[in-house]
Amino acid sequence: MTSYGLLFYVLAAVTVAATAVAITRRNMVHAVVYLIVSFFGTAMIFYYFGAPLLAALEVIIYAGAIMVLFLFVVMMVKVDVPGEVMLPARQWIPAAVFGLIYLVVAFLMIFETRGTEAPLNLFSASPRDFALYVLQNHWFSIEVISLLLLLALIGALQLGKSRARPGTGDEI
Amino acid sequence: MIVPLSHALILAAILFGLGVFCAVARRNLIMIVLGIEIMLNSASIAFVAAALRWQNLEGQTFVLFILAVAATEVSVGLAIIVYAFKRTGSFDPGNYSMLK
Repeated sequence: MTSYGLLFYVLAAVTVAATAVAITRRNMVHAVVYLIVSFFGTAMIFYYFGAPLLAALEVIIYAGAIMVLFLFVVMMVKVDVPGEVMLPARQWIPAAVFGLIYLVVAFLMIFETRGTEAPLNLFSASPRDFALYVLQNHWFSIEVISLLLLLALIGALQLGKSRARPGTGDEI
Repeated sequence: MIVPLSHALILAAILFGLGVFCAVARRNLIMIVLGIEIMLNSASIAFVAAALRWQNLEGQTFVLFILAVAATEVSVGLAIIVYAFKRTGSFDPGNYSMLK
């Protein structure tokens, strides 16, 4: 275990802790800001695993665009959270037990699979190599994704344009 | 020579579990969508780690597509949430019962 290998555990601990704090906040603005911290940690993990372009995209798209979209929605809409009620214990305890069993089984399977215990080698895909690979082998998927983004734009515009107010009679 | 693949997979599994908890236990549509984001993100970590393990760029390519799908899903999802909020005045999915 080199000191460079130790960095992964620091990043992983910060990411998990920030996510855990984020999903338990009552205030949604706090949750979103903690999640931005978590996504920065993820971006650094991507860089650590040899994906510098994806690390940049993670910061730009996830931590930048998506989370700012969440912040806009949270700030635009006046939220008066009356205090979420936790489900009664007899409902969430079975769910938690089943989830824990699945998690433990997944851990065991990960450790039992051959090849997962070998340390990863350092390797870095430069943005140039990565872009060439993607555009040479997956150019059609890129076109499909661009079409998907266009459809999302149209759908969001259409949904945002409708002026439905409850009780005014012009509802659909 | 850095960490083994299993530790990266375990990190992804823990993050996925947190995302599932957020999506299932919170009664707020915005937090549910956040939980889905966390799950997609953990899948991305697993893909990048696998790309490093097999020294193959296919995994990183998949993360690129996950990013695009996540952006799409969030934009349309939040538009639907704002629309539903305008109709009902609430983020609680339990209040969306106008079809009854």
